[in-house]
Amino acid sequence: MSEAAIQRPPEPPRGWSRQRIAGHVLMALWIAAGIGLVVYLASAYDPDLFARFAPNYLSGLKVTLSLVGLSALLGALLSVPVAWARTAKNPLLAGPAYGFVYFFRGTPLLAQAFLIYYGMGSFRPQLEALGLWVFFRDAWYCALLAFTLNTAAYQAEILRGAVQSVPLGQWEGGAALGLPRWLILRKIVLPQALIVALRPYGNEIVLMIKGSAIVAIITVLDLMGETRRAYSRTFDFQTYLWAAVIYLAIVETLRNIIDRIERRITAHLKR
Amino acid sequence: MGITSRVSLVAAALALGLGAAHAQDKLRIGTEGAYPPFNNLTSDGQLVGFDIDVTRALCEEMKVECEFVTQDWDGIIPALQANRFDAIVASMSITEERLKQVDFSDPYYTNSLVFVAPKSSDLMPDNADGKSIGVQEGTIAAAFAEETYPNADVKGYPSQLEAWADLSNGRLDAVLADFGVQYGWLEEEGKECCEFKGEAVSNDDRIGIAIRKGDTALAERLNAAIAAIRANGKYAEINAKYFPFDIFGE
Amino acid sequence: MEGTAALLAFGPDGWGDELASGVLVTVSLALATLPLGLGAGFAVALAKQSPERSLRMAADIYTTIFRGLPELLTLFLVFYGAQLALQHVVSLVAPGASIEINAFVAGMVALGAVFSAYASEVFLSAFRAIPPGQYEAGDALGLTRWQTMRLVILPQLIRLALPGLSNLWLILVKDTALVSVIGLSDIIRQAGIAARVTREAFLFFGIACLIYLGLAMLSSVAFAWIERRVGRTEPAR
Repeated sequence: MSEAAIQRPPEPPRGWSRQRIAGHVLMALWIAAGIGLVVYLASAYDPDLFARFAPNYLSGLKVTLSLVGLSALLGALLSVPVAWARTAKNPLLAGPAYGFVYFFRGTPLLAQAFLIYYGMGSFRPQLEALGLWVFFRDAWYCALLAFTLNTAAYQAEILRGAVQSVPLGQWEGGAALGLPRWLILRKIVLPQALIVALRPYGNEIVLMIKGSAIVAIITVLDLMGETRRAYSRTFDFQTYLWAAVIYLAIVETLRNIIDRIERRITAHLKR
Repeated sequence: MGITSRVSLVAAALALGLGAAHAQDKLRIGTEGAYPPFNNLTSDGQLVGFDIDVTRALCEEMKVECEFVTQDWDGIIPALQANRFDAIVASMSITEERLKQVDFSDPYYTNSLVFVAPKSSDLMPDNADGKSIGVQEGTIAAAFAEETYPNADVKGYPSQLEAWADLSNGRLDAVLADFGVQYGWLEEEGKECCEFKGEAVSNDDRIGIAIRKGDTALAERLNAAIAAIRANGKYAEINAKYFPFDIFGE
Repeated sequence: MEGTAALLAFGPDGWGDELASGVLVTVSLALATLPLGLGAGFAVALAKQSPERSLRMAADIYTTIFRGLPELLTLFLVFYGAQLALQHVVSLVAPGASIEINAFVAGMVALGAVFSAYASEVFLSAFRAIPPGQYEAGDALGLTRWQTMRLVILPQLIRLALPGLSNLWLILVKDTALVSVIGLSDIIRQAGIAARVTREAFLFFGIACLIYLGLAMLSSVAFAWIERRVGRTEPAR
C-alpha cells in the first residue's frame, strides 16, 4: 500500500500543552543566550587582544592536545599490566594493583598533580641523588606523569570490565580449538571486548581533555593556562568565553567521532 | 522537593546576599595574605605585615572599623568590582591597565623590580634572557619579564610563595619580583640559598590602594589619612618595623 | 615523626584544625550541591523523554554544554561571569544594591549544573529500564500522573539509578577540589597553604589525598546502606 493510496484524516491541531510552552520558552532562552554571546563577543572584539593572545591560545591548545594524547597512550600501555594484575589470583599482584586503582580513582586529579609537582619538588636532594631530578624539575613532565597514572587506573578498570564481559564460552571455545590463552585473548576475546570498551574509552578521553584544564595551576601553559594568563593581564571576560567555545568544539568533535566509530564497529550487532 | 532541598535553597538565597550598600562606618579591605612581609597569613589564620599595619593605622585616622577579606591575587580586582570589599591594600602597583578597571589612592610606598637567584648563579639582568624566570601571575613583574626577556622561559605562579619554593628547589634560574617582598624573603627563608642579582631593573613603580571606579569619596579619605600618618610619624614607625630603609621613596 | 605530629596538631601552631575546617567546607559543599544536582538532573531527564521536540532539544543543549566544558572553566564562568551578568541586571533594576555571589554559591551552581547534566543521563537510562506497563497500570488504577510517578515509578527509578548516582557523587566530591582555585578554603587550599608555609608539600598533599580516600570509603559505606534500604522495598520472591 503506497502513501498515495492511503487517505488519512487530517491531524488534529496540537494544543499548547504545558510541555510545549516550556519547551519553546527554554529554546527561546537558549537562542537568546546564544545571540547574546555572539553579540557580546562581537562588541567586545578587540583586534589588539586577538593579536596579542591568539598565538598564545593556539600554543596552549597544542600543549593540551599533546599532553592528553601522550598520556592517554602511555596510560593505555600501563593499564594492560595493571588490569592483568587486578584479575590475578596471587594477592601480591592483585593487592597493589587494587591499591593503585583505588588511589588514583579515589583522589582528585588536582591533588595528584600537586602531590607530584610540589611534593616531589620538596625531595630535590634525594631525587638528584637518584638522577631523577631532571624529570621532576619540569612541570610538563610532572603533569604528564600525573595524567598517565590517573588515566592508567581508569583505563585498567575499563579494560578489565570489558574483558570480563565477554562470555566464558568464548574462552572455552578457544580452548576446545586447542588455542593457547594469549592467542584466544588476542584473536577472540579482545576484539569483542573492545566493542564494549569503546564508549567508556571515548568518555575517558573526553574527561582527560576536560581534566587537563587543571595543569594551569602547576604552571603548564595549556589552553586554560593561557586563558588565565590573558585574563590576569586584561581582566576581559571574553578570554574565558573564547576558551569555552574552543573546549566545546573539541569535545563535541571527539564525541561525534567516537559515536561514528561505535556505529561502524557495532553494525554487525544490529538486527 | 524534600526538606533538604528547601533548606539549601534558602541557604543559597541568603548566601546570595541581596542587600543595600554597606554602612559607612565599616570598611572592608581586600588583601592577598600570601605576600610576606607585606601581607601574610600566619598558621593561626591571622593577617600580618606592612600592608596590614598601614591599613590599621589609616583606619584609625579615618575613625572607621576595618575588616580584612582575603582573596587570591588573580581574582582580587574582579572581587573589588563585585563589591566584595571596598578597597585593596595588597601592594598593588598603579598601572595604566589597572587604571582602566579601578581607581587608586595616592601612593603609600615606592617599588622596584629586582632579580633574586641562587648565590652560586651568575645570572644578571642583562643575561637573564634565555633562562627560566619565576614570577607571580598578574603582577607587573610578569608583564615586565615577558616584554623585556622574550626568549626567557617565564613561569607564572598563583602566588609569590610558590615561585620562591620552586627557586629553592631548583626549578627556576631566578625570580623577578618587587624589591620589598624579595628583601623580606632573603631575610628569612632565602637567606642561605639566594641573593639579589644586579641592580633594580624597573624603578619608579608606585604602590597604591585600589578602589572602585568613581568612589572619589573614599579616595579622598584615604589620601587624607595617608598624608596624616606620614606627618605624625606613624608611617615611619611601621616602616622601621619591617625595613631598615625608607620604603616611601620619592 | 615528632615533627609531623606537631605539624598536624589541632591548635594555633599545628595545621590539624585548618585541615579539619577544610574537610568541613568540602563535605558541606558536596552535600549542598547534591539536592540541586539531583533535582535539576531529574527535571532534565523528564524533559529528554518529552514528546515535545523543543523541550528535548533544550535539554540536549543543556547537557551538551555542561558535559562538554571543563569543570574548572564552568567554575570560572559562573564565578566571574555570573557576577558580571548579575551586576549588570541589578544596576538596571535597582542601582546601589549589591548582589554577591560568594565562592561557595558559585561552586554549588557550577558543580550542580555539571552533576545534573551527567545525572540526567543516569536517570534517562533508568527510566528506559522501567517497562511502560508500570505507567499503564498506574493509569488503570486511576492514579494521576504525579501519583504514578511518586508511588510507582520513583522507588524503582532510585533502585536502578543508584549505582550510577553513587559514581557521580564520588566524582562530585573530587570535583569540589577545584573550588580551591576560586579561593574557597577546602581541603586542597588548606593543604596548599600549610605546604607552602611549612615547606612540607609532600606531607600535606599526601594527607589531603588520604582524606579524599577516607571520604570515598565513607561514601561507599553510606551507599551500601542506602542500597540495602532501597532494595528492601522489593517484594520477596
